[in-house]
Order: sequence, then C-alpha cells, then structure tokens
Amino acid sequence: MFARTILSRQVLRPATRIAAPTPSFALSFLQRRLLSDATRQAIDKAVASAPVVLFMKGTPETPQCGFSRASIQVLGMQGVDPTKFAAFNVLEDQELRQGIKEYSDWPTIPQLYIDKEFIGGCDIIISMHQNGELAKLLGEKKVLAVEEGTSASEGEDKKE
Amino acid sequence: MTSTSITEDSIKSALTERLGATHVEVQDMSGGCGQSFTSLIVSPEFAGKNSLKRHRLVNAALKTEISQIHAWSAKCQTPEEWEKERASTGGNDGPPLDGTADGKVEGVSQ
Repeated sequence: MFARTILSRQVLRPATRIAAPTPSFALSFLQRRLLSDATRQAIDKAVASAPVVLFMKGTPETPQCGFSRASIQVLGMQGVDPTKFAAFNVLEDQELRQGIKEYSDWPTIPQLYIDKEFIGGCDIIISMHQNGELAKLLGEKKVLAVEEGTSASEGEDKKE
Repeated sequence: MTSTSITEDSIKSALTERLGATHVEVQDMSGGCGQSFTSLIVSPEFAGKNSLKRHRLVNAALKTEISQIHAWSAKCQTPEEWEKERASTGGNDGPPLDGTADGKVEGVSQ
C-alpha cells in the first residue's frame, strides 16, 4: 500500500529559553514524481502549519547543507519566535523533496514561506536579511520573539 | 546518465543568450565537479522586478541546467545597480558565497 511518512515539525533552537511543543505531522503520499493532489494538500498543510515555515535539508539543530544552515541562522538572528516557526526536513521524505520544488516552482532547497506566501531561497533570504526587508516583513507579520524587559532591540545579537 | 557537462562557460553563455545578460560571472563551487555554481548576473531585464521575480526569471532560463546540478546561487542586478555597487565597493562585487565554506559547497550530495 502507500508509504506513510512522517514529516516532523521542528522548531528553531530557542534563542532564549522558550520550549515549544513539537507536534508531529503525518502525511501520506500517493504517487511518486508527479505532484499529486495528496501531495499538494499535504504541502498546503505544511505551509499553513506555522506563520514562518522553512523547507530545508536536515533539521534546525543539524542542518545538512550550508544553504539550509545559513537560512536557519538568519531566522535565528532575526529573532523569529520558535512557537511561530516550523521546519520540514525534505531529506526525510522524497515526495516532499520533489513535490515542494514543483509546488513553489522553485528548483532548490531551502525554501521559506511566511504567512503561506513563498518568499524565496537562501540567496533571497540573505539579501533580505542584509537590506532590512526581512526584519521589516517579520515585524509586520508579528512573528518575532519579544524578550522580557526589552522591546526587540535591534542589531544586538545574543551571544551563544 | 549521459549529460552534456555543465561548466562555468556553458552557464555564462546560456545566460547571455537567454536573458540578454550584459555581464555574467559564474564560479564553480564544487571544486571543478560541475555540480555547484554561484553567479552574478547583470541584465537589463531585471529592471522593475523584485528579487523573487528576478530569480524566477533566471531559474526559468536555466531550468535544464539547474535540474542537473546540486546547488545554485545567484545575485541578480540591473546594469545600473551593478555599476553603483562596483563604485561603492571599489569593484568588489561578485557572486554570492553565503552558505558555502570558502566558496565550496558542503553538505549532502544528493
């Protein structure tokens, strides 16, 4: 029968100390290759699973590719609230890995979605990080973690 | 798989031809394996388009090539933006190397 695969929903390594629950997410896929309705629906669900969603190689804790690592680092530096973030490891699921490329009409991984809207891949994430557009967008979408006592001080990254 | 090998030069000529690029720099990040490339693409066709649209334009122009390689990175500028950046950085404008280790791609191969 059909292979049933689990897409684990990962949270960003908490920048401060927020421990978010990690619900898991079961998706089943019907066909290989073509973006079937089932795959599309599964990806629809994944994209809608959090305000900020990253499809990546590996996990936020252990990225398996430099571009995925750079993208995760940017989201971490921006201070994205871990409870408003989900990451999907495309290496765990061949259907997702191929399907997401067709779904987004984008040939590479990672891929970032904010409020179900496709933002781009690593090059775009980094250039938006550098030119301030990403901070602005994340702020507008209210997906940044606000630290107690401080109101999102900019430019100061927490030392790990 | 028989594949006509993809090189810095083949990507460069494809972009010049298909995107009317006036300046292209392509760098093989895989140490010569022809698997990963980063690029700086200067084309008047990027004018009036945001970053996402520019990348989509490039992805469409290089659809076959990108599907055959492991990693692809691009910086898309109009001739005016490129001139401006070259002037402000003293000519130090080039393909992006983010996500690489000293210009080499790391991570899983397939």
